[in-house]
Amino acid sequence: MTASQETVFLQGHIIDSLILAKVLDTILMMGGTFDLQDVAIGTTRDATSQARIVVRAPSGRLLAEILQAIQPHGAAVEREADCRFEPAPAAGVFPEQFYATTHLPTQIRLDGEWVEVEGMEMDLGICVDSAKARARTIPMGTVTTGDLIVIGREGIRVTPLARPTERDVFGFMESVVSSERPHHPVIADIARRMQKLREWYRQGRAESKVLLAGGPAIVHAGGREALTWLIETGYIQLLFCGNALAAHDMEAGLYGTSLGYGLTAGRSVPHGHEHHLRTINRIRAIGSIQEAVRSGVITDGIMAACVRREVKMVMAGTIRDDGPLPGVLTDSMMAQQAMREEIPGVGLALLVASTLHAIATGNLLPATVPTVCVDVNPAVPTKLADRGSFQAVGLVMDAASFLKELARELGWRP
Amino acid sequence: MSRFLVCPPDYFQIDYEINPWMRRANGVDPARAAGQWQTLMKVLEQEVGAGLERMPPVPGLPDLVFTANAGLVVGRRALVSRFRYPERQREEAHFERWFREQGYEVLTLDQSLYFEGAGDLLGFADTWFGGYHQRSDIRAFPKLSEIFQREIIPLELIDSRFYHLDTCFCPLSSGDLLYLPSAFDSYGQAAIAQWIPEDRRLAVPEEEGVRFACNAVCVGKQVVIPADCPLTTKLLEDRGYHTHSVQLDEFMKSGGAAKCLTLALD
Repeated sequence: MTASQETVFLQGHIIDSLILAKVLDTILMMGGTFDLQDVAIGTTRDATSQARIVVRAPSGRLLAEILQAIQPHGAAVEREADCRFEPAPAAGVFPEQFYATTHLPTQIRLDGEWVEVEGMEMDLGICVDSAKARARTIPMGTVTTGDLIVIGREGIRVTPLARPTERDVFGFMESVVSSERPHHPVIADIARRMQKLREWYRQGRAESKVLLAGGPAIVHAGGREALTWLIETGYIQLLFCGNALAAHDMEAGLYGTSLGYGLTAGRSVPHGHEHHLRTINRIRAIGSIQEAVRSGVITDGIMAACVRREVKMVMAGTIRDDGPLPGVLTDSMMAQQAMREEIPGVGLALLVASTLHAIATGNLLPATVPTVCVDVNPAVPTKLADRGSFQAVGLVMDAASFLKELARELGWRP
Repeated sequence: MSRFLVCPPDYFQIDYEINPWMRRANGVDPARAAGQWQTLMKVLEQEVGAGLERMPPVPGLPDLVFTANAGLVVGRRALVSRFRYPERQREEAHFERWFREQGYEVLTLDQSLYFEGAGDLLGFADTWFGGYHQRSDIRAFPKLSEIFQREIIPLELIDSRFYHLDTCFCPLSSGDLLYLPSAFDSYGQAAIAQWIPEDRRLAVPEEEGVRFACNAVCVGKQVVIPADCPLTTKLLEDRGYHTHSVQLDEFMKSGGAAKCLTLALD
């Protein structure tokens, strides 16, 4: 998947002589691309300047041709070394100089060969298998004594995302988050993508799952029906949430309230604050959400749709949870691992109205997955956009409006 | 007084072909070559008032006569050339010995870095220009920059007929430049334009460029240039230079003229 690349070094009076410009122009004219790294401009007239240039080309052959063309202008290929690794000193502990990952596609060099690191995710280590042929990311907490962990920075290549070929909202490689941005064209683009992904999913193609990570505001704000429809019509294949979204969704089904407020009347009802507790208790008595749906206790809403459509749910608990509901993972490391295991195959992530689950999910996603973050609080999409992903779109708007418009765009007629 | 290193053309001939001018079939007339060389020396010594240091010629090294390629001399330091072609690499030891015998501090670059001396490195007081791609390696310039504490602007030589910078680029005293624009690409021309104002750039016409009009020797306001370059001569005279025209066509058979036959010392 990664194009061929090589790092070259250029030194001398390369600025005033336009040698740097000539080298960069040559790369582009021949069909390659480049990244300028570590440019140091000489500060006095006789001091030379230096530039390290990562040259990329769609094929190894073209890369070789480009390198051959720029070599006479002084662009010398840097000698690449194998990456270094050390055994983990103890369970759950990386070697001191461990390499920390980004969420970008990464390769490491093992015995002269560039090997793709599997399971790209930010803030992890890289574990090399004993045959030194494969590498995958590994969370700090799950490392076992003696695991070979990549250290230092030599022999590691991180590839920035290429501009996506599709000319929709994800293709602009911008991460501007603004409440003034018109929502409709963005949502229309998301809908088009979801239509395509549903088709792909039905064809069994890779990276066709749509993940929704959401908070209870979806229910409070009135987005329950729209989301239920999206799940029932096969637009969503994976749900990450906490105790609250599930509890209030089922509370709405059983009592017509969300956190005690009548969803239709919009008023608090007598003893309404107990409804979610009674809901949780009822499900605990039944044993599982799945059983509550199958036995006809829960008949409508998000949870019912997920169970009926066999949409995988990962529910991660927090310290303020009531209950919690059966199925909620209260060990956060276990919850993180359960979410991580579901990430492969995701082709689009919708992070809606939950700071906690949006950020947690964002951290688990490789940069290659287009991501939409919707929140009334601009801080959440901004924080996500700051991860540097080119394919993250932030929308400052309320969850229900987003889900309703998205569903309508896809054919929902309430 | 300006001093130049020269080498009599006793063994000068076309033994091999390493540039588009050289044709073994187009042999040198030794007597004519000797006469032209003697005339050039006479002009330099008697008309220009330069001092000449003659190094002994060596049988089997026909191009030793082109002393501009011996190396680069700055003060009492001499950096000896590393030639690209094996045919001329055999000259290196002789030039090095001459520098040592004259008491110069001799410097060399890494063996893998081709650098053909003052033929490819010319300039003004602070800024030098380095020709590359035909003979010298661009990577030599940052090293030279470090050694001599000068800014060196590399210029790619894009026409194989103008294989050394001194065949198409000639800095003159008072900051003027005599040059052949077509020997450089747009980047090189832009770099030259950035350093030398338009009114100081004297562009040699194409037909005189191929008669080595740029391969001139400038000492103060005196310029020694190859014969048959009337337009260039006029350009120079109009700028206040006093020109001396010398017939050097025997040496042009090998791709060199006045500048190639001399190496500025001091």
